[in-house]
Amino acid sequence: MGESILEVKGLKVYYYTREGVVRAVDNVDFFMEKGETVGLVGESGSGKSTLGFSILKLIPPPGKIVDGKIIFDGIDLTELDEKEMREIRGKRISMVFQDPMTSLNPLMKIGDHLVETIMTHEEVTREEAEERALALLRDVGIMPDRFHDYPHQFSGGMRQRVMIALALALNPDIVIADEPTSALDVIVQFQILDLMERLKKQYNVGMIFISHDISVVAEISDKIALMYAGQIVEYANAIPFFEEHLHPYAELLLQSVPNIELSDQKLKYIPGLPPDLLHPPSGCRFHPRCPYAESICKEKDPPLLEINTGHFVKCFRYK
Amino acid sequence: MTPILSFSRLIASLKRISPRRGIEYCFTIIGFVITLSIILMAIFAPYIAPYDPTKRVGGLLEGPNSHFIMGTDSLGRDIFSRIIYGSRIVLRVTLLSIVISFFCGVPLGLIAGYVGGKLDSVLSLVMDAMYAFPGLILAIAIAAALGPSEITVSLAIAVIYIPTYFRMIRGHVLSLKESLFIEAARAIGARDRTIIFKYIFPNVILSIPIILSLNAADAVLTEAALSFLGLGPVTAPTPDWGMDLRMGHAYLAAKIWWPSTFPGLMIVLLTLGFSLLGEGISEILNPRLRR
Repeated sequence: MGESILEVKGLKVYYYTREGVVRAVDNVDFFMEKGETVGLVGESGSGKSTLGFSILKLIPPPGKIVDGKIIFDGIDLTELDEKEMREIRGKRISMVFQDPMTSLNPLMKIGDHLVETIMTHEEVTREEAEERALALLRDVGIMPDRFHDYPHQFSGGMRQRVMIALALALNPDIVIADEPTSALDVIVQFQILDLMERLKKQYNVGMIFISHDISVVAEISDKIALMYAGQIVEYANAIPFFEEHLHPYAELLLQSVPNIELSDQKLKYIPGLPPDLLHPPSGCRFHPRCPYAESICKEKDPPLLEINTGHFVKCFRYK
Repeated sequence: MTPILSFSRLIASLKRISPRRGIEYCFTIIGFVITLSIILMAIFAPYIAPYDPTKRVGGLLEGPNSHFIMGTDSLGRDIFSRIIYGSRIVLRVTLLSIVISFFCGVPLGLIAGYVGGKLDSVLSLVMDAMYAFPGLILAIAIAAALGPSEITVSLAIAVIYIPTYFRMIRGHVLSLKESLFIEAARAIGARDRTIIFKYIFPNVILSIPIILSLNAADAVLTEAALSFLGLGPVTAPTPDWGMDLRMGHAYLAAKIWWPSTFPGLMIVLLTLGFSLLGEGISEILNPRLRR
C-alpha cells in the first residue's frame, strides 16, 4: 500500500436541467494512491467523464457538486474557491481531453502553449520556460523544430502528444485522461498508450484513465473502477478484476468484448438499455438488466462492500 | 516566421485564389484604388489643389472650364479645390468614429460574452435599445445636442456602430467560450486574463476588418447627411462635401449642376470604395465565403 493521494467520499454531482435532476454521479467513493493508474470504465452516460471533471471542479453548468468530499493530498477540493482551484489545476492535477483536434488554441504556437502554461504557474524567465518546453516536447516525441508551428500543422496523434506534454508541464500528481485515445485510429492509439505508460513512470504521476473501451483500460491500468448509472459498482486491482470479477455487470461486459479466436460466435451484448438518469430504477440500478436479480434488488440499494482485500463490489450477491 | 516571409505567403495565397474569383478580385482592387487615392488626395491636398478653397478666385457659378475644371460655386470659389480639401474632413470623421466605436464596442462585447450573467443581460439590453433607433435619427439627435465639432459628430456616428461591434464580438465569444480549447486552458489553470487576451481575443479579431470597412462606408454617408442637414462637423467657409452639396442643390433648378454634382459624386465614390474593399476583405479572410 502506497501513500493515498486522492480520496473521493460520497460524491454526488447532479445536473439541474429543465426536465428534472440528472444524477450523473451518485454517491461515489474511491481512492487512489500516488503514482497509480486507475481505469475508470463505463458506457456512455455512466457519469465517468462527469466524475473526472468534478475532481477539477470544471463541471459545466447546470451541473453541481451536491454532496461529498474530494480529498486531494489532505485538502478538500469541494471547499476551495475558484482562485484556489486555479492553483491546483495544471500544477497538481491536470487533464488530457478526448478530442485533440479542438483542444489547442488554433492561433497559438505549439511551443507557446507550453511556455504560457509554465509561466502562468511558476516564477521563471521566458528562456527557462522555453528550455523546459523543448524538453517536454522531446519527451513526447515531437521534434524541437516544430516548436514554432501552429496546431493545424499537426495530426491528431501529434496534437494529443502536445496535450500530454501540456498536462505534464508542471509535474502534477495526477493526470485525468478523459478518453484520450478515443478520437485516434488504432495504431496511433497504441503509440499514445505506450507513451503515456512510459511518461507515467518517468514523471511518477498518478493517472485517472477514463474510457469506454475496456481493452484499452486493461492495457494501462493498475486498478479498475467500473461505473454504471453514476455509481461505481466494482473497484479492484486490474488482475483480480479481469480474472475474478464479481459484479454481474462486469461479467456481462467482459463477455461482450469480441474475441478474435472464437470467430463463429455471435457478438454478445447486454440486453436492455442504460438507465435514464432522470428517473433511475429503484434499488440496485442494474436490476432491470441483471440476470440474477431478486426481489431485494428492486427495493434496496446495495452497499459497496470490500469482499477481498482491495476488491470492492456493490451487489447483494456478496455479503 | 519573419514578417517578410509571412507577407510573401499572403501574396502567394492571393495569387492562388485570384484566377477563380477574377471579377470579385477585380472589384476589391477597384475599391482599394478608390479608397487609397482619396486618402492620398486628402494627405497631399495643399500640393494638388490649384486654388485656396476658401477664397474667391473666379466669377460666380462659372461652369467647368480650363481654369476651373469643376467650375466655381455661388461665392466664386474653385469647386475642384473644395472637393480636394473636403476629403480631409470626411476621412477624419470616419476614422475617428470607427476608432471610437471599435474601442467601446469590442471590449464591452468581450466582457459581456465572457462574464455572462446579469452584466451581459444589462449590456445587451442597452445595446439593443441603441440598435432599435434608426441610425441617422440617433446621430442627428446626438449631434444637435452636443453641438458641431469634429469630435462630437464622430461621437454621434460612433454611437450608431457600437452595438454592431458589441453584438458581433459577444456572439463570437459566447460560441468560443464553449469550445474545448478554452476548457483545456482552464483545466491547466490558465487565468481569466490569459484566456481573454491569448485565447479569445485573437480568435475574434479576425472578423473585425470586414465590419470595419463596411462601417466606414456607412460613416461617410452619415457624415455627409449630417453636414447636409446643417449638423456637420465644420462651419463655412471650410470645405465639406455634404455642406457643399447642400449649398449647390439650390441652383439645380436653374440647370447649374456643377456645384452639387461633384461633391455628391465624391460621396458616392468614397462610399463605393469602402464597400468594395470591405466585401473584398471579407472574401479573402473568410474561407467559408470562398467558392
